[in-house]
Amino acid sequence: MNFSEVFKQSNQLCKVSPDGKYLATCVQYRLVVRDFNSLQIAHLYTCLDPVMHMEWSSDSLFILCAMYKRGLVQVWSLEQPDWHCKIDEGSIGLVSSRWSPDGRHVLNTTEFNLRVTVWSLCTKAVSYIKYPKACQKGVDFTADGRYMALAERRECKDYISVFVCDDWHLLRHFESETQDLAGLEWSPNCCVLAVWDNCLEYKLLLYSLDGRLLSSYSAYEWSLGIKSVAWSPSSQFLAVGSYDEKVRILNHITWKKITEFEHPATIINTKAVVFKEVEKRPVVGSEDLSIHQLTVDNSLFSTQSKYEITQLPAQVPVIKPDPDRANPKIGISALAFSADNRFLATKNDNMPQSLWVWDMQRLSLLAVLEQTAPVRCFVWDPRRPRLALCTGNTKVYLWSPAGCVSVNVPVEGSFQVLSLFWHCSGSSLVLLSKEHICLLKYILYNVSLSCHLIGILFRRHAVFL
Amino acid sequence: MSPSRLYTASVMPPLPLSSFNVSSNFCTEENISECILYINQELSSLCFPPIFQNSDSIRDLDAVVALNNIHDLLQLHRRAVGMMEELEVEQLKSSSDLHYQHLTNSRLKDQLELSKKENMRLHERERQLETNLKTLQNCLKDTKEEVQRLQGIIASRAIQYNHDIKRREREHNRVKERLNQLLIAKKENKQGMEVLNYVGRSDGRRCLWKTGKTESRHEGDMYKTLLSEFDNRQRELMVENIELKKVLQQMKREMVGVLNSKKMSQKEEKQSNDMDQTNSDDDELLKGHPEMSCDHAREKLTNSIRQQWRKLKHHVERLDSQASMVQDEDSEEVISKQLHEEEMERLKLEIQQCKEFIETQQQLLQQQLNTPCDEETAAVLNDSYMLEEKERLKEEWKVFEEQRKNFEMERRNFTEAAIRLGHERKCFEDDRAMWLKHQFLNTPFADQMKPQSRMADEFSKHSGREEKLISISGKVSKSHL
Repeated sequence: MNFSEVFKQSNQLCKVSPDGKYLATCVQYRLVVRDFNSLQIAHLYTCLDPVMHMEWSSDSLFILCAMYKRGLVQVWSLEQPDWHCKIDEGSIGLVSSRWSPDGRHVLNTTEFNLRVTVWSLCTKAVSYIKYPKACQKGVDFTADGRYMALAERRECKDYISVFVCDDWHLLRHFESETQDLAGLEWSPNCCVLAVWDNCLEYKLLLYSLDGRLLSSYSAYEWSLGIKSVAWSPSSQFLAVGSYDEKVRILNHITWKKITEFEHPATIINTKAVVFKEVEKRPVVGSEDLSIHQLTVDNSLFSTQSKYEITQLPAQVPVIKPDPDRANPKIGISALAFSADNRFLATKNDNMPQSLWVWDMQRLSLLAVLEQTAPVRCFVWDPRRPRLALCTGNTKVYLWSPAGCVSVNVPVEGSFQVLSLFWHCSGSSLVLLSKEHICLLKYILYNVSLSCHLIGILFRRHAVFL
Repeated sequence: MSPSRLYTASVMPPLPLSSFNVSSNFCTEENISECILYINQELSSLCFPPIFQNSDSIRDLDAVVALNNIHDLLQLHRRAVGMMEELEVEQLKSSSDLHYQHLTNSRLKDQLELSKKENMRLHERERQLETNLKTLQNCLKDTKEEVQRLQGIIASRAIQYNHDIKRREREHNRVKERLNQLLIAKKENKQGMEVLNYVGRSDGRRCLWKTGKTESRHEGDMYKTLLSEFDNRQRELMVENIELKKVLQQMKREMVGVLNSKKMSQKEEKQSNDMDQTNSDDDELLKGHPEMSCDHAREKLTNSIRQQWRKLKHHVERLDSQASMVQDEDSEEVISKQLHEEEMERLKLEIQQCKEFIETQQQLLQQQLNTPCDEETAAVLNDSYMLEEKERLKEEWKVFEEQRKNFEMERRNFTEAAIRLGHERKCFEDDRAMWLKHQFLNTPFADQMKPQSRMADEFSKHSGREEKLISISGKVSKSHL
């Protein structure tokens, strides 16, 4: 494992190309493309305004930079650095911009969600889609990139349009049985579309690719409903997280609930392991406080932490949400399945410092990670069952079924890890702070596993690096 | 006294005063004196003066006394009768009173019974009402809680609605502002895209025109995707189904086996007969078509499994109860518990030792990682290791050099020998050729023997030389080897 040097970025805009070869970061109005392995700058582009959104095309040949204030989108080519493309939405404004799955069309959503404009980089054709709905997740592409589902709202009713991404032909247009559609998501096998209502009504609808309603699921009435939804990578399970602090798992054959995962404040399940992060400030004697030490050795101010296993029954710290505010901080706001379908990580908003990991084979709680600060971001390794999370301090935490490890980011000055993501090969992590990025490379699964084994085999302290 | 006796007593006719002529058999002509004596006795016992004086057998009846006595007797009689009548009346009264009392008693008893029943009924009703009250109170509590919960929900929904409304209102205001701006603004920024040159499609093909054919092709593609997905799923489900059926059948067979292998009592024999019956039925059904999925076969299989499982469960329960009743097995269990505990202790100790070991390892590892100031010693150590390595390498080099030299020498010798061999062979060939030439040129036909002998000699010489050469080459090759 080694840490790279630190690079600048703005707006948390840092993305790895889909083929894994390049790393693109935006620094104000400049787009810097580096080779991922050597971190040498490969290309440098300058945009007309500070970039608000940046996205790679699916074939890693183009990068899209959107500047919402000026309503501009600029597309840069990696093969031909001289090639340029500028899309100006004019007075109609720009609210969001994204690539189509074939990497040759740009979909711009205008201000006030008046329409979605489909710009083509291959032809002069421009398509317009009217009445798109402004909601949590109104557009989704299938995993194979063939179809796009778009939520629309006309005359106080929700509709769903399915387009063929090849030529933007409208395949199906049907009314959705939701009161106020909040989001839609395709299943990974591209055949089922999950549509959910907003939090005032718990309703989950499942439509088939050709627009038939397959099933409708509602767990309860009146109380605040669905907060987050996630498909498992094999399309076998659909996990629904709601404001009642429970995750309900539906199966893909009958679309009925097979189990529900509760997040109680007291854990009494004997098979689960509760990891608690314990911080240890290094004891400093007066002779160590030399200036040399202070400037060079930043471990004086950084606290070291390790995981301890708490005996069951364990108490999870709960923060009561403010009852007078909308969208209360309670309920399951984030769900993620591991790539091999075996684990599900969940976060309950009124227990913000804890992360719950569930075993999908046994459908039971496997581990709870209790951190010293609220969990900001957690991502599964795209290849192996390994979870990386950060809480906004200078550490990165890794969990795998063998145990967990806390890694200090050895950067001068402090590097507060605000978010992170994995490289597509699963061997590197990109850490983002407010204005910088840092790479953690060569995280070999076996090495980290052996570190875990030393610590965890007899349920004691984990090794910290 | 019983009422009937009273009645008979009271009905008993009074003494017939008027029926004087009914002759009583008391006094006759013959026994007048005895009668007189008897009556005197009786009168005296009643304290009356005797009516007859005790004179010598003169039947001298004192009439006055007799009449007085008779009068007194009549008065007595009258008084007695009066008293009897009174007593009779009183007796009647008391008997009727008693009767009346009895009646009231029974009536009161009945009333008491009734009132007791009424009391019980009222108690029961009270109890029911109390339980009703309790349930209603609980209901009320539940309803109150429900109301509170719903109020909470309404409140949160109201907050959500308000938030949403505010958001929409803000957006609406923004739209209005923008609209105003657009109406006022003179120059319109046109939308457009500037691009250096159009790029090819990612899959390299040309764009197609939109026709009805493409539309139907899209529909076809979509249905193909759906169908393939359905096919996949159906296949998976079928495979799963077959596996589960196999497992069920195997389970059934095993359960039957387990139940049959126990000691057979008559009851169990009967059961086993039944089982055999059902087994044979199932086998018949499923023999020909093990993957048959008709409802009948499926139901039969599941029912038979349930049956077997129930029997097995009963059997196991029976065994459990038997085991709990047998006292001898307790000691065994105690011993095994002890052994078990000893094992546990031993394992715990082992675990402790291992833990300590691992901790020391960890500490050492940490020490290694945390000692940056021992650089010099580390460098020295490194250097010494390097020196050792160098010396070892040097020795190996020497050995290699020697071997190489030996090889070189041998190779030289071999080449020399080979060269020599070549030379000699060439000479031999030349000589042979010369000799043959001489022979053919100089031989007359007459002297065939001489040249032949000479030829033989020459040949032998040459063959000897050849042999020498062969041996030399052999030696060379041997040395080479």
